[in-house]
Amino acid sequence: MTITQIEIQLIAAVVAIACALPGVFLVLRRMAMMSDAISHTVLLGIVLSFFVVQTLDSPWLILGATAMGVITVSLVELLSNTKLVKQDAAIGLVFPALFSVAVILISRFARGVHLDVDAVLLGELAFAPFDRLTFFGLDLPRSLVVMGIILLINLIFISLFYKELKLTTFDAGLAAALGFSPTLLHYGLMGLVSITAVGAFDAVGSVLVVALMVTPAAAAYLLTNNLRRMLMLSALIGVISAIGGYWLARGLNANIAGSMATITGVVFLIIFLFAPERGIVAGIRRRARQKLDFAQTMLAIHLLQHENRPEAEAESQVEHLVEHIRWTPAFVEQVVDYAERRGAVRNEQGQLILTDTGRSLARQALVN
Amino acid sequence: MDFFQLFHDLFFDYTLRTVALGAATLGIVSGALGSFAMLRRQSLLGDAMSHAALPGVVLAFMLTGLKTPLVLMLGATVAGITGILLMVAINRYTRIKEDSALGIVLSVFFGFGLLLLTFLQRNPDARQAGLNKFLFGQAATLLTQDVVTMAIFGGVALLLMLLFWKEFKLLSFDRDFGASLGFPMQWLEILITTLLVIAIVIGLQAVGVVLMSAMVVAPAAAARQWTNRLGWMVAIAAGFGALAGVSGTLISSLGSGLSTGPVIVLCISTIVVISLLFATNRGLFWRWLYQQRNRRKLHAKQVLSNLYLMASQHAEPTHPHAITALKVMGAGERGVRYSLQVLAEEGLVRPAQGDQWALTPAGVDAARALLHNEA
Repeated sequence: MTITQIEIQLIAAVVAIACALPGVFLVLRRMAMMSDAISHTVLLGIVLSFFVVQTLDSPWLILGATAMGVITVSLVELLSNTKLVKQDAAIGLVFPALFSVAVILISRFARGVHLDVDAVLLGELAFAPFDRLTFFGLDLPRSLVVMGIILLINLIFISLFYKELKLTTFDAGLAAALGFSPTLLHYGLMGLVSITAVGAFDAVGSVLVVALMVTPAAAAYLLTNNLRRMLMLSALIGVISAIGGYWLARGLNANIAGSMATITGVVFLIIFLFAPERGIVAGIRRRARQKLDFAQTMLAIHLLQHENRPEAEAESQVEHLVEHIRWTPAFVEQVVDYAERRGAVRNEQGQLILTDTGRSLARQALVN
Repeated sequence: MDFFQLFHDLFFDYTLRTVALGAATLGIVSGALGSFAMLRRQSLLGDAMSHAALPGVVLAFMLTGLKTPLVLMLGATVAGITGILLMVAINRYTRIKEDSALGIVLSVFFGFGLLLLTFLQRNPDARQAGLNKFLFGQAATLLTQDVVTMAIFGGVALLLMLLFWKEFKLLSFDRDFGASLGFPMQWLEILITTLLVIAIVIGLQAVGVVLMSAMVVAPAAAARQWTNRLGWMVAIAAGFGALAGVSGTLISSLGSGLSTGPVIVLCISTIVVISLLFATNRGLFWRWLYQQRNRRKLHAKQVLSNLYLMASQHAEPTHPHAITALKVMGAGERGVRYSLQVLAEEGLVRPAQGDQWALTPAGVDAARALLHNEA
């Protein structure tokens, strides 16, 4: 690997972690689509601040864009508070309008400046290492320094307000009653999302900001119930996607941001299917086992009802179950096999005998 | 600017006419179908679908090697529907909420499309040129062929909407009731979402991915303010969509560097703002006006009863009192003089000398009635 390659992967990994951390709270607070809105409207903030400071290198651009992200959030809230439109419609109204203003301003007044819409939406990480600056005597890529600082801000904010964020996320009412201000934290978080979006979309484009904020966090949400673990897992998934995406893009000679987003999707799909408890496969297996469990209980109750009675011999025939409980012969075989393996019944030449385990199982089910 | 010339061009200039027709078509279709999306609280579905369509466009091209609008639109539709099905699956089988499912499908599909697109662009195959107009939309490059395809797709979608009008209405307002009547609500949901995808796919080429979502939400949101009836809402939304499409095209033809898509979005956003402020019954401006009037009315009543309470300390109830005394009596310092003037016009109070005011006999009766009612 060359230095440039390592640097690109490093930038990608830092961006991924910086996005994944606030993303967890967006997913938990059901505000994932806010990242979509913010990552588009920060463009207007950048354009407007550019008109003021007339350079693209100023930190004022980041501040202006962050402010625009927060303004977007408050505009959406203002609009949905009028009760004239729902919140989702409010998001859909605000951000395309602001984005349109930005696009028009760029194409009309900022031609020839390095500010074009393609780069904003799609991002081009491959060029990031060529824009360098000296930081504490080290010659580093600009976006690595910027994203490093933003990641640090995210880490500091989240660890300082961890308890408060947790409380307002899971029980906003209790948080308000205890004297924490959910609104203040909400805006703090939105500021965090905005500044991350600003820093990241310079490197990876606005749509990838959404991919890196929402997808790893949602995947981590399927793996754990613990907030701390969820934060770490989503950062890890983000990094895996970032590095994997880089190599996929290299192999195909394609856009890095797009391929990182694709990998987040692949990782999500794998977790969606195979997550230990909440995955699709686990769900199917659990349902199948529950079905057999239920059938086994039913079989045990059936045998118990007829035990020590004159009709017991006829009723406990395996073939009899087909007509009595209306199971298919194949399912009968499955259930009997399952119950036998669990020691609930014994099969003596087609005659089913209830064991002690089976008897207590049936009694328990009847009592409940 | 010569408006006559502009309208002349609208009808006789080939490019302008084609673009305006295309924009109007897209406005009508997305406005009408967006209304249902909004009522079903799926406004952001448009956003997700327009992004999700991208890989479909690129894959359709990769598989067929064709760039005819029909092929690309079919590809986009298939990708959009796949995206919706995935979203539904994520929603139904996991605890991940709708907003995250939208975000995942939107960003991952779009990223995948981008991957494919750049893969094509960087490998020597010149035929792919022009696919990226689906990203940002280039209304100015619309051809008659494109507009005809848009009109056919859109016409079919609108026809289906009218055919299933009753069922869609039921679906939007009371899904469970519909299910209890035996309508296949799930299939109707799939059908109407497919129609929405068609509406979005039509518009992609004209206004691009990001701005297409506005064309789904905004006309419907504006139309909702003017009426409570579904039929009117759909019609008004279609009208607003067409109006924004045509006026956006005209405005962008006036200046250089004004790409059509964003201007159309700004036009529809303006319509939304006007509707939110000034729509009959629901408009925020009327609401504000009504509140102001109510507040003044209450304030005048308060001043009247204050004056009466002070006067009742004296022998005759028309005893005058200083305005400074009224100001400290709970009605608030501001607006006391204004309220007194309003009351004077109604003949309930009269000014006495030295900035003092007194009740008239009619005012005494009114104040008694007021206090009596409150007690």
